[in-house]
Amino acid sequence: MSLRPDLAKIASLVPQGVRVLDVGCGDGELMDVLTREKHVDARGLEIDPEEVERAVARGLSVIQGDANRDLADYPDGAFDVAILSQTLQTAQRPDWLLDQLLRIGRTAFVSFPNFAYWKMRMALLLGGRMPVTRHLPVSWYATANIHHLTVEDFRDLLAEKGVKVEGCWFFADGREIGSFNANWRAEHAVFRLSR
Amino acid sequence: MATALASQLNTLDLAQPLPLDSGKVLPNVRLAYETYGDLAADRGNVILIFHALTGDQFVARTHPITGKPGWWQRMVGPGLPIDTSRYHVICANIIGGCMGSTGPADLAEDGQAYGMRFPVITIRDMVRAQVALLDQLGIDRLHAVVGGSMGGMLALSFAANWPGRADCVLAIATTARHSAQNIAFHEVGRQAIMADPDWRGGDYYGGGRKGPEKGLSVARMAAHITYLSEAGLTEKFGRRLQDRDAKSFGFDADFQVESYLRHQGIAFTNRFDANSYLYITRAMDYFDLAEEAGGRLADAFAGASGTRFCVISFDTDWLYPTAESRNIVHALNAVAAPVSFVELSAPFGHDSFLLDVPALDRVVKGFVG
Repeated sequence: MSLRPDLAKIASLVPQGVRVLDVGCGDGELMDVLTREKHVDARGLEIDPEEVERAVARGLSVIQGDANRDLADYPDGAFDVAILSQTLQTAQRPDWLLDQLLRIGRTAFVSFPNFAYWKMRMALLLGGRMPVTRHLPVSWYATANIHHLTVEDFRDLLAEKGVKVEGCWFFADGREIGSFNANWRAEHAVFRLSR
Repeated sequence: MATALASQLNTLDLAQPLPLDSGKVLPNVRLAYETYGDLAADRGNVILIFHALTGDQFVARTHPITGKPGWWQRMVGPGLPIDTSRYHVICANIIGGCMGSTGPADLAEDGQAYGMRFPVITIRDMVRAQVALLDQLGIDRLHAVVGGSMGGMLALSFAANWPGRADCVLAIATTARHSAQNIAFHEVGRQAIMADPDWRGGDYYGGGRKGPEKGLSVARMAAHITYLSEAGLTEKFGRRLQDRDAKSFGFDADFQVESYLRHQGIAFTNRFDANSYLYITRAMDYFDLAEEAGGRLADAFAGASGTRFCVISFDTDWLYPTAESRNIVHALNAVAAPVSFVELSAPFGHDSFLLDVPALDRVVKGFVG
C-alpha cells in the first residue's frame, strides 16, 4: 500500500508504540499503517459513516463523529500524538480545532493544502476563477474547503497562539521538496506542533 | 413449561442460589441455552450472545414453538458475520424469561407457580445468572459478548461488572439507561396486561386458564410500534385498507396496519408468558448503568479500559436513538477504552438490527473478526 506523501511523512515521524488519535481518519489507511508498522494504539474520528464502516471492518477503533463538536469530549493529554490531515481547511473554526488537537495530544501533526501554491496563484491571476486542480478537484460551490489557507497564514496563526513548530515538510507533484520559498512551491504542507 | 417443549430444551441447573440486586436470593435457577459451532480445545473461541426482550436462545435454529427460523439466522452461522465455523456461540434464555430459564411461570419451592411472587430482577441479575452458567461450563474468557436492544444492555452490564472477562463487546441499538419515554411505553404494556381480568394478579397458571392474552396482545401491539419507524410503517402499510374497498364505519381492522398489529399481538401470546413480560420490562426500566456506578457512566466502565467496544445505532431508531449510543461512546472514551461507533442508515427503525442491513453485517464481521 502506498500512502499519500503527506501521510507517509507523518507515518515515518510517529514514534513507536505511542497513543495516536487520527482526526478525520477516513477509512483508516494511516491508522492501519501506524498500527502494523509502529505498533501504536490508534483511535480515529471520522464524520462519514461509510468510511467509518470500512475502518471498523478492518478492525480499527474509529468513532463516527464531527471533529467540530466531538473533540471537546476527549480528555486533556489523552494521546501522545493527534493527527489532522487535510481537514483543517474544512473545519468550521480551524483555530478552535488546533487548540483541541494540542489539548488532546502532546504533539500534533497537521497537514493541509497550500492555497498559495504557484499554480493556484496563476490560475486565479490569469483565469480569474477559483482554481480546480488535481488535488482540489471540486468547484468552489461544492467544495468542503471553507477556510482556504496558505503556509504563511498557518504560520501567522501558530505565532498568534504561541504554538511551537517542531518541524515542517513540504510537498509538490507527489514528492517532498525543500522549505525554500515553500509558500510558492508547496502544494501540501505537514507541520509537527506542540505547546 | 409443557413437557413436549421441555424435552427440546438444553438446560443447566445452577449449583448455587443466585443473589439478586434486590437483596433477595433466587434458589434452584435453571438456564436454558443453545450453542452453535464447536468449542475450541483451549475454550478460547466463545461468543456469548444476549437476546432482546422477546427473543430467546434460538438465535440460529428453528424455534420449537413457532417453527420459524432463528431470530438472527442471517447474522449467525457458518460463513456469516458471526461465523460458527470459527466461533462457539452460546445464547441463554434470560432468567425471568419463558423459554426454559427460571421465570414467573416456574414452580417456587412450595410447588406452586411463582406468578407475582417471583422476585423483581435486574439486567445485572440476568447477566449474573449467565456468568454462573459460564462458570459451570468451565468457560473463563470470552472472545466477545454481543447483543442488540435489551441484549445490548446485558452486554454493557457484562462489560461493566465483569471487566476483563470478554475481549470484545458489541452493543447494537441500545442504551445505558432507560429514558422516561422508554419507561412510559413499557408501563402502557404492563397496565394492559394487568387490566385484563384473566391476569388474576398474575395467578393464571394451570387449571385450564388461558391467561391475559388480550392484555399481552395489546402490550405487544404498543411495543411493536416503537420498534418500527414512521417511514417504515408508511411504506409498508400507508393508509391502505385490509381486504376491503371502503371503510366499514365500524371498528374492525379496516386498515392494513391494524390488521398487522393485531396479528403481531395474537401471535406473540402463543409463545410468551405475560408475567415474564412484566418482569423483563421492569428490569429494563430499572436499568441505569451510570446510577449503578454512582452517577457517572464513565465510572461504570472504569475496569473495562482494555476491552474493545463497538457501538452501533440506526438513524431511524427512535426507541434507543443515536444520542444514547453517543452517551455510551463518550463514557468509554473517557476511560480510554478502544471504542468504535457508527450510526448506520436503515429504514426499519429499532428493528433494523434484526433485518437486512448489509452495512451492519460488514461492521459486525469486521469487529468480531
